[in-house]
Amino acid sequence: MTETSATAPRRTRPEGARPPAAARRAARRNREGRLWPAHVLLSLGAVVTVFPLLWQVLTSFKSFGESTRVPPTFLPEHWDWSNYATVFSSIPFTDQLLNTVLMTLLRTVAQLLLCSMAAYAFARIAFPGRGALFLGFLAVLMVPSQLFLLPQYQIMQDLGWLNSLQALVVPGMFSAFGTFLLRQFFLGLPTELEEAARLDGANPFTVFWRIALPLARPGLLALGILTFLWSWNDLMWPLVVNTDPSQMPLSAGLATLQGAHLTEYPVLMAGSVLATLPVIVVFVAMQRHFIQGIAFSGMKG
Amino acid sequence: MSVDVEATAAAKAAPPPPSGGSGGSASSQRALRKRERRFLHRDKWWGYAMIAPAGLGLAVFYLWPVLQTLYFSFTEWGPFGGTSWIGLENYRTMLHDPEVWQSLGNSLIYTVLVLLGIPVSMVLAVLLNLKGMRGTGFYRTLYFLPVVTMPAAVAVVWRWLYNGDVGILNQALDAIGIDGTYWVSDPDVVRFAVAAVGVWMTVGYNMILLLAGLQGIPQDYYEAASLDGAGRVRQFFSVTMPLLSPTLFFTTVLSVIQSLQVFDLIYMILGANTSVGVTNPAYSEGQTIVMLFFQKSFYDNQRAYGAAIVCVLFVLIMALTALQFRLQKRWVHYD
Repeated sequence: MTETSATAPRRTRPEGARPPAAARRAARRNREGRLWPAHVLLSLGAVVTVFPLLWQVLTSFKSFGESTRVPPTFLPEHWDWSNYATVFSSIPFTDQLLNTVLMTLLRTVAQLLLCSMAAYAFARIAFPGRGALFLGFLAVLMVPSQLFLLPQYQIMQDLGWLNSLQALVVPGMFSAFGTFLLRQFFLGLPTELEEAARLDGANPFTVFWRIALPLARPGLLALGILTFLWSWNDLMWPLVVNTDPSQMPLSAGLATLQGAHLTEYPVLMAGSVLATLPVIVVFVAMQRHFIQGIAFSGMKG
Repeated sequence: MSVDVEATAAAKAAPPPPSGGSGGSASSQRALRKRERRFLHRDKWWGYAMIAPAGLGLAVFYLWPVLQTLYFSFTEWGPFGGTSWIGLENYRTMLHDPEVWQSLGNSLIYTVLVLLGIPVSMVLAVLLNLKGMRGTGFYRTLYFLPVVTMPAAVAVVWRWLYNGDVGILNQALDAIGIDGTYWVSDPDVVRFAVAAVGVWMTVGYNMILLLAGLQGIPQDYYEAASLDGAGRVRQFFSVTMPLLSPTLFFTTVLSVIQSLQVFDLIYMILGANTSVGVTNPAYSEGQTIVMLFFQKSFYDNQRAYGAAIVCVLFVLIMALTALQFRLQKRWVHYD
């Protein structure tokens, strides 16, 4: 496997005999000149891609009357924050934000820890039953998530965990996909350092924790980003287990908001801006890692 | 999801190794692989201990639930909780349940329509991969925004764009003399309207996968082709397409698996959680199979029937994936 290279910088172009600078510049200008149709197409696509999100933000600052005007205004006549205030008064927004953050954070940390530990054992430790156990993990990987839903719900019910943070967090702490992803990553790492540590008498866990885990940072980053994204955006599970608005994450909160303000689009836009803004900010700040991480693993089915 | 798919993904999506490190010969690679097979540690108790937390969690919350769901699908839920075995009765009921057929059909249509976005992604990826292209990172970021946006929020936003009376789409169409419609409540239109959003959400994702595949094609192939007198179009079909086909295959398989499971987007666009869901005249034309499962299991209190529905979905996904793996021999080139 070549996973390690997923994080390598983009291939450096082989620099052969370089033509003189002037000729190179001319060639480049020529190429760029011919690229303008591509830019036109790409920009057109980008406008279609971004416009709904732009319209979402703009609408969130319009009064209800202005939002329904024909013909529409593009920019709000005056920037009206009252829709945001309405969101705060209709759903327990701060509770839900906290629930979302805690759910996302705890699931992500737990997955990184548990998956990497199991992945390392599968990749580097020989023990009887290893193949069979790994097959068990793979079986889970192949099953669509809806098949877990009913029994998971019943477990939560039996534990008395409905409408609690545990319900949001606990089943999402375990991931066959994460284990598989990181196992592939560990298999791609060179073993020399680990062997050296092993000869110095370190136990397998120490070797894993001190040597292998730091080397697996790119894999951990990819899994962390994916888990963050899935957890933040997850809707079905929270809808099932937490029906009390103060125990919901933002995704389910948005569904409640839609139920209460079905046609008040400026309010709904404000709510959806608030629910997505944190992810967008994190994405823009770490976009290279996001895109690489997601391309690297293929999003979970 | 299949393991091969994952592995292909990782291999395809990874940019080629840095030029310095790729000097390693095949033999040293083989030696490395051999050493890995030897395993570093032989302390089996460490192995069990390190796998236990994840393994137990997966067993309790995932593996056991799958078996339970399968079991439920052969039972009937008593009014006071208990289950009784009824064999294939749920499945037999499904055969004659028009709602099941309709929502299965809706999911399949959605899946096919979303696949139409892949050529769009392909064009975008090819453009971004043009020699000397500037601003690639900028475009990539913009196209990727819908991928990271919460589907529930996407649905809320598109409901607004699609609004039949004052939505921006109909106002724009009106301006050029076209009469819009009520996109999410017109039974003839709703599937296309929803699938368009599905395409909008996935174009950037597929584009990134395909771009990674394109970047893995060595430049020499194009130079050789152009020396042989192949034009740009010929190069695309004789070099790009065959070499990209494994990535394209992987993208298609993933897209099918994900589209068949679509829930959030359509649930929210149809207003399933609101009074409108009940009165939306296009509801049954929009409802997907996962939405039906959700409805039966958690609203109508027919959990056993819900379990049977997801079991059928599972079989359908496996069958379609297997079919694609069968068909790939006809068009996917591995070398």
